[in-house]
Amino acid sequence: MNAPRIDGGAVLRFAPHARFRFDAVRQAWVVLAPERLLLPDEQAVEILRLIDGARDVDAIIDALAGRFDAPRDVIAGDVLPMLQDLMDKKVLRQ
Amino acid sequence: MTSPKGANIEPPLALLAELTHRCPLRCPYCSNPLELSRASAELDTGTWRRVFGEAAALGVLQVHFSGGEPLVRRDLVELVGHATEAGLYVNLITSGIRLHADRLTRLVEAGLEHVQLSLQDSDPTFGDRVAGFAGAQQAKREVAALVCASGLPLTVNAVVHRQNLGHLEDIIDLAVKLGADRLEVAHVQYYGWALANRAALLPSREQLDQATATVDAARARLTGRLVIDYVVPDYYAHRPKACMGGWGRRFLNVTPVGKVLPCHAAETLPGLDFPTVAEASLAQIWYRSPAFEHFRGTAWMAEPCRSCARREIDWGGCRCQAFALTGDAARTDPACALSLDHELLIGARREAEEAAPEFVYRQHSAVLPRLPERVS
Repeated sequence: MNAPRIDGGAVLRFAPHARFRFDAVRQAWVVLAPERLLLPDEQAVEILRLIDGARDVDAIIDALAGRFDAPRDVIAGDVLPMLQDLMDKKVLRQ
Repeated sequence: MTSPKGANIEPPLALLAELTHRCPLRCPYCSNPLELSRASAELDTGTWRRVFGEAAALGVLQVHFSGGEPLVRRDLVELVGHATEAGLYVNLITSGIRLHADRLTRLVEAGLEHVQLSLQDSDPTFGDRVAGFAGAQQAKREVAALVCASGLPLTVNAVVHRQNLGHLEDIIDLAVKLGADRLEVAHVQYYGWALANRAALLPSREQLDQATATVDAARARLTGRLVIDYVVPDYYAHRPKACMGGWGRRFLNVTPVGKVLPCHAAETLPGLDFPTVAEASLAQIWYRSPAFEHFRGTAWMAEPCRSCARREIDWGGCRCQAFALTGDAARTDPACALSLDHELLIGARREAEEAAPEFVYRQHSAVLPRLPERVS
């Protein structure tokens, strides 16, 4: 009944009424959702910019590990809990 | 940007647009002021349009259409369109009464993103008694189905108090059945109408503990399916809430007649001159008005707030509650256990052990019972 636990094969997208956009006043990325406002930090923005409804979580982790020249499991340890939390908040969905 | 006193001020995140005080319901815990404004005094469509533009330019990201009941505004679809054009994310906070399918379709087309539907109880008979409106609960069930069918996310806002906390399990089940994505289990906040009805509404400690356990269990059971927002009421708190995230720090409220406030209850505070949207722009009011400066930051604080390590966490709590309970808006919120007035809340909790009096329903020019007086 609950939302599935995500794994590397999950393909995620923003929920229809979640808006990930750049705010010109603050010069910062924001996520707007029902009565909820998220102000992602730089690292979270890098992750969220890779959410496109096409690539899976493994591909996102690979892309970030390559870009930041960091061990894959370290990146996965940051990415998976954050994406799971946004799934549970209904900001992202599969 | 900096204030006249040189403090750094962030732009506001959200605007609460109280489009009207008119409402078909008469809930005894309504957050509107005791003195309700009349339809003839409400801002017109064009003025709201200007306000939405000013809000977006100031940095506001979300607008919450509230009231009263926003649906009684004949221009609601137009207003949603104007707010959306300005770039704002539009939430509708509604009782659902008289929301029909064709109007909802037009609201969605105009850019509405989300509906928050109030629920007085899981039991229709008792819910209608709280709302003071026969048939309200049935209408809400139909509206929830319409919202889900439209594809919009649905939040159910269930206001809880001593007379319905025993139904909390059923309320949570009903929210799931109605297709809600999110449930706010909202303890009554005791200002205005709710303060006048406090003895009829404030739960006991035992009820509160039971409710908290029920919410915790439901959250675990429903993770990913239903998001449950829940905040412990001030009357049983140890530390106050950062009301509105701090005075003049996160939120703006525009009343039906155009007064700009840091929170919807701020007009109850004496000695503050809140400007209207006719007198100045939202940016001028946010960054420059003495009323927004008055309780912003920490300079206004007395002890025990002034030297408290949490002064920039809870910002002294709620000014309206401090005033309503102590008669002095600059005192520490009595919700704080460090407040010299904390005993006032303990006294109120004793009322919760006695028989509940009848509701005083929201209405124009009500005769209110006298509030308990402060004895020192």
